[in-house]
Amino acid sequence: MTNTTQNDSLLRFMTCGSVDDGKSTLIGRLLYDTKTILADTLTQISNTSKKRGMEAVDLSLLTDGLQAEREQGITIDVAYRYFSTGTRKYIIADAPGHEQYTRNMVTAASTANLAIILIDARRGVLTQTRRHSYLAHLVGIPHIVVAVNKMDLVNYDQAVYDKICADYATFAAEIGLAAARDIRFIPMSALNGDMLVDRLENMPWYTGETLLEMLEKAPAAHTEQSEAFRFPVQFVCRPHASDDPELHDFRGFMGRIESGEIAVGDAVTVLPNGYQSKVKAIQLGAEQLQSASTEQSVTLLLDDEIDTSRGDMIVKSAEAIEPVKQVEAFVCWLSETPLSTARTYIIRHTTRESKAKVGTISYKVDVNTLEQQATSDLKMNDIARISFKLAQPLMIDSYKNNRATGAFIIIDESTNNTVGAGMIV
Amino acid sequence: MTTTKQPLSHLDWLESEAIYILREVAGQCSNPVLLFSGGKDSLCILRLAEKAFRPGKFPFPLMHIDTGHNYQEVLDFRDQRAAELGERLIVRSVEDSMKRGTVVLKSPDEPRNKHQSVTLLEAIEEFGFDCCIGGARRDEEKARAKERIMSFRDEFGQWDPKNQRPELWNLYNARSHKGENIRAFPISNWTEMDVWQYIEREKLGLPSIYFSHNRDIIMRGGAMMPANVPLANGEVINQPKAGEEVINMQVRFRTVGDITCTAPVLSDADNVSKIVIETATTTITERGATRLDDQTSDASMEQRKKEGYF
Repeated sequence: MTNTTQNDSLLRFMTCGSVDDGKSTLIGRLLYDTKTILADTLTQISNTSKKRGMEAVDLSLLTDGLQAEREQGITIDVAYRYFSTGTRKYIIADAPGHEQYTRNMVTAASTANLAIILIDARRGVLTQTRRHSYLAHLVGIPHIVVAVNKMDLVNYDQAVYDKICADYATFAAEIGLAAARDIRFIPMSALNGDMLVDRLENMPWYTGETLLEMLEKAPAAHTEQSEAFRFPVQFVCRPHASDDPELHDFRGFMGRIESGEIAVGDAVTVLPNGYQSKVKAIQLGAEQLQSASTEQSVTLLLDDEIDTSRGDMIVKSAEAIEPVKQVEAFVCWLSETPLSTARTYIIRHTTRESKAKVGTISYKVDVNTLEQQATSDLKMNDIARISFKLAQPLMIDSYKNNRATGAFIIIDESTNNTVGAGMIV
Repeated sequence: MTTTKQPLSHLDWLESEAIYILREVAGQCSNPVLLFSGGKDSLCILRLAEKAFRPGKFPFPLMHIDTGHNYQEVLDFRDQRAAELGERLIVRSVEDSMKRGTVVLKSPDEPRNKHQSVTLLEAIEEFGFDCCIGGARRDEEKARAKERIMSFRDEFGQWDPKNQRPELWNLYNARSHKGENIRAFPISNWTEMDVWQYIEREKLGLPSIYFSHNRDIIMRGGAMMPANVPLANGEVINQPKAGEEVINMQVRFRTVGDITCTAPVLSDADNVSKIVIETATTTITERGATRLDDQTSDASMEQRKKEGYF
């Protein structure tokens, strides 16, 4: 295993593909070639490969998690894998790509900053490629790598690769993906390892980056543009009962900066009430910070004593937003129990919850044809544009502009299950 | 239009995520508890909890489920750390469950790790905990790769891999009805390497048995077993059977648990930075080398989890 330093950055990415596209092999190969797989694990999967009568070690077994799945030979849930290269730590969300598992793909996509979309070189751009691309687009993954896999089975023929790239580019332009996202193409054979970590000699005509080079250079989340400061309050620290008299008036607002930056002295507004104050101090553990930025979990102290609790949001006064009591969103339904327009649900948005009722369902999107269809119901794996009426005001941004303040989940109060995922229009 | 901003380092990112998860537990659950064994992962979580909640007290007590087969050094360290932090420590023991008759051993020297589930469930009921925070990591074992950050358990403490809540963005759902339970894993996304790097960066103290030391060892079932270990009650366990040879070796523990099923590894790493280097160059996984109870079958961890094991 390659050593890492404490200062490596981190990239979260996902892989989209079906059982037959070689997705598990791709991940197995990345883990294997970056020397993440240790000897005992390799022995274990080598034994299993032999038991199943295979000649070579089946690297896809590395990502085959649960007993139920091993028995069925398919991956049915999102699994998370880790590897490091010495300059970066990676978290892979490995999601099954079958139509029935739209909800798993959406789940995996929600935290990814890059998606690898696998295409079987023998089969080209398929319905499922369109589905995966649409979902990656919907869930706002900024970087897309189209990996044309199994090049070994088409004699590493450049013409096959070029044709697939051209087909994909046409389709990506049609759905608005090409304009909105950074799309890259790469030919590979996950089975042999061509163009993953090592370049190998089978495709001298391809002079672009290997997959690992693309991953190493892909921007981490929140690094590409400036964003508005959004700080949902998670927890209020008031240690007034403690023995330390200095802490009697301590009132710290704890949370994670979902976007943007903040510095001591900045003018802030606490929503939804609209109280104004200034940042007196920023703390991370015992450390006093002069400023802090996206993805840091900190404690904010304000100049004024403001009544603030979990679920409120601190923003810069210059970037304040108007709390709303209605939202319009694309919703992916995650539950086996269909959406009921008569019922009241709970929407959890940042650290805030509100009761919610469906207003109107505008249309459902067929994830295969991308056609809009009129509908009155929503079943598991369906995606529809829906408006909700809210009991409590929410402080929202559009998902396009902010993946943290533009997202919500829907909770069924009777079971407490998470039944839907929403992306605010 | 594009400004290039410096991303957080992976350790800062992981730390921030863990703090966020701890605060979500505090914000969403009414009576959580932090499971604390004195082991390296739970020591990281204590530091994260300090960063999450100081200058306030932790919004949860600490609890250890003691198998009765723990190293005295680790227990002492556990008590010392809880005292330093000024936080409340609850200890519940598998041996009390044995006395109550709720845990029945097949043989006296059977590993007790799996019986911790019973004692844990009894403690959850006794105190009415609605969430247990633990130090499990997804990289530890195959069955854990799909574990949620907030994992739902039914009234019997059972984990149903097919009935887990989808987990999107960082919108964690820790709601539960009375009797049900959430297990929260703030360091899910950490690897063994991340844990050691964090220990190094934060200069965290650890029980001495994590560092290289000389110890009497017997070889049993292909694994190294610490020999003649004294327990708090005066009993000595892992005594050599007839024909077993005791060899003194230089070893350390990569993971610390029940004495009967946690094997040490040969090592001369006597400080944290040497352990970081050793971790970077090892060829055996943490559990593969050291947890004898995971090797029974390919799916043994999954089986124990379904039965309510942490």
